[in-house]
Amino acid sequence: MRTTRSLVGVMAVLALTAACGTTSGSGGDGGSASEEQGGFVAPDLPMAEELGDYEGELSVLAWPGYAEDGSTDKSVDWVTPFEEETGCDVTVKYFGTSDEAVTLMQSGEYDVVSASGDASLRLIASADAEPVNTDLIENYADVWPFLKDRDWNSVDGQMYGVPHGYGANLLMYNTKEVTPAPTDWSPVFDGASDYSGNVTAYDSPIYIADAALYLMNTQPDLGIEHPYALDADQLAAAVDLLKQQREHVGEYWSDYLKEIQAFTTGDSVVGTTWQVIVNLAQADKVPVEAILPETGSTGWSDTWMVNANTEHRNCAYGWLNHIISPEANAAVAEWFGEAPANSKACDLTSKGFCESYHAGDEAYAEGIWYWTTPISDCLDGRTDVECTTYQDWTRAWTEVKG
Amino acid sequence: MSAAGTAPGRRSRWQLGLLLGPPMAWLVVVYLGSLAALFVTSLWTADEFGGTISRTWTLDNFRDLFTLEVYRTITVRTILVAVAVTVIDAVVALPVALFMAKVASPRAQRLLVIAVLTPLWASYLVKAYAWRGMFSNGGPVDWLLAPLGLDTPGYGLTATVITLAYLWLPYMILPMYAGLERLPGSLLEASADLGATGWTTLRRVVLPVLFPAAVAGSIFTFSLTLGDYIAVKIVGGANQMLGNVVYDSFLTGNNMPFAAAVSTIPVVIMLAYLTGVRRTGALENL
Repeated sequence: MRTTRSLVGVMAVLALTAACGTTSGSGGDGGSASEEQGGFVAPDLPMAEELGDYEGELSVLAWPGYAEDGSTDKSVDWVTPFEEETGCDVTVKYFGTSDEAVTLMQSGEYDVVSASGDASLRLIASADAEPVNTDLIENYADVWPFLKDRDWNSVDGQMYGVPHGYGANLLMYNTKEVTPAPTDWSPVFDGASDYSGNVTAYDSPIYIADAALYLMNTQPDLGIEHPYALDADQLAAAVDLLKQQREHVGEYWSDYLKEIQAFTTGDSVVGTTWQVIVNLAQADKVPVEAILPETGSTGWSDTWMVNANTEHRNCAYGWLNHIISPEANAAVAEWFGEAPANSKACDLTSKGFCESYHAGDEAYAEGIWYWTTPISDCLDGRTDVECTTYQDWTRAWTEVKG
Repeated sequence: MSAAGTAPGRRSRWQLGLLLGPPMAWLVVVYLGSLAALFVTSLWTADEFGGTISRTWTLDNFRDLFTLEVYRTITVRTILVAVAVTVIDAVVALPVALFMAKVASPRAQRLLVIAVLTPLWASYLVKAYAWRGMFSNGGPVDWLLAPLGLDTPGYGLTATVITLAYLWLPYMILPMYAGLERLPGSLLEASADLGATGWTTLRRVVLPVLFPAAVAGSIFTFSLTLGDYIAVKIVGGANQMLGNVVYDSFLTGNNMPFAAAVSTIPVVIMLAYLTGVRRTGALENL
């Protein structure tokens, strides 16, 4: 009796599996037929032609510090003025990595997202971000021209969002433990053994680009021209470097609060960071400083994008216009610690701010290696090799962590 | 008489069907169905951007899983952590359960059961973050070990094992307590009357009764540890377990098929574990 029953159970499972197999098999035929080989083709999505009344609601997916409503610091608030002006009730969700942003955005729960270059192309490819009609966004005219129509925010001259601001990943160190003060990235790579167990690094495959950039400067033989365009050998070299670093890493961070805490307790003393983390840690009297190494750094150039299936399109466009208005853009830039996208924002920031972030300085902005999704068509223009993709980087990152 | 006898029988069979049908259907569809979906997905691949899944059958994911050494390392590490957590929990739970079931007064027994259960009311995250504070540089563990000339182990596997052993301890104590409660006190007295020492009684009377209960508890601690990825993120330093690989493949790489392939590993381990447990006959005695 017992055997009969378990046999029936097994058969039920098998039948179910078979059923799944058949249905998905037929679905697969349609999928492979529409697959395109070669260059990047954006899905065909309509663009808003005109705007109507505000819908009264907006769900914002943002990098920490990008949508402050005064709950962190009473004087830091650019969400409330937007709500008062438009009547759109804003809910904010912060994310820690671009990967998280992509996954959350694909859930369809959010109307707008502040996407970095390594997320934007993925969102466009998966038809989650729609083309944005910049004519409907008044403040777009004041955005620095060198931020418009770039690889990470447009496809074939069609903008998929509005530029928000840009900045570089910094090297943060504990001033008591790390002496002399570092000038380049070596304390987290070749010199990491000095701080063994207390080194931290950003927990995302995109961090491989930081190692590639370091190798670009220290090992020219590898021929790395672009840290996001690595062939298999170059990726292997970066992975080797990161594996050496791994022996000295206390922990990786993706949650900015976790990094602040680790620096506060001294569990981490040196590692990559963002300006906003430095500001928050210093406000807590943690003895930390951060530098932008002379040899350059990776960084971000963010774009506010609109969910293709949003039900609050007017509020979304209202938000895009508000967030790059001189007032809001200046406030975000100062709070997060990055260069604003709106050229008029610099009139409103505190004295010397825009100079220290080199806002509007095109040459400086070109010196930052902005997060970009690695794809098989090499971004540095090489055609004789196939470059490693973000999927390869993800596997490599698991291998690095071991 | 006979007609009257069959009618209620048919009706009660109907009632039984109605009663058990929905939960059984639920179990089959949701549980076995999702397992089947998991297995099917693991035979597909994701494209460059991860957004779309190519539905052609391939064993590539499993080939990577078996040939790349890093996954073997992570699997072994995860199993070792699960074994360590289970052993620690069993060793800690035994005296607690024994005291609760055989020594404590009925009133104290009730209070102890409540005490064991209370931690389950607090959020998992709160407890994990509390341990993060404990193990931090200059934290309580550091302070306690300082007189012995030792430092905090810091964030790493030790911290992970301790945190998980703490988190799952109630799941080991309760089955052990329930098992020991069924052990008649007269057996212990008889053993003593026949001249057995406390140790012999423990070994020859208590442990055989306790074994199935401990196995039941170990299924909880072992499987919960096998699937955990949060505690190791919070206190595990740079280490990763199988759960993290699943999480990273899915959330970071957006590679659902590979994540599915990785998650078949714990399923297989658990099946092997349960088969092993069944061989010992422990399940029949539950």
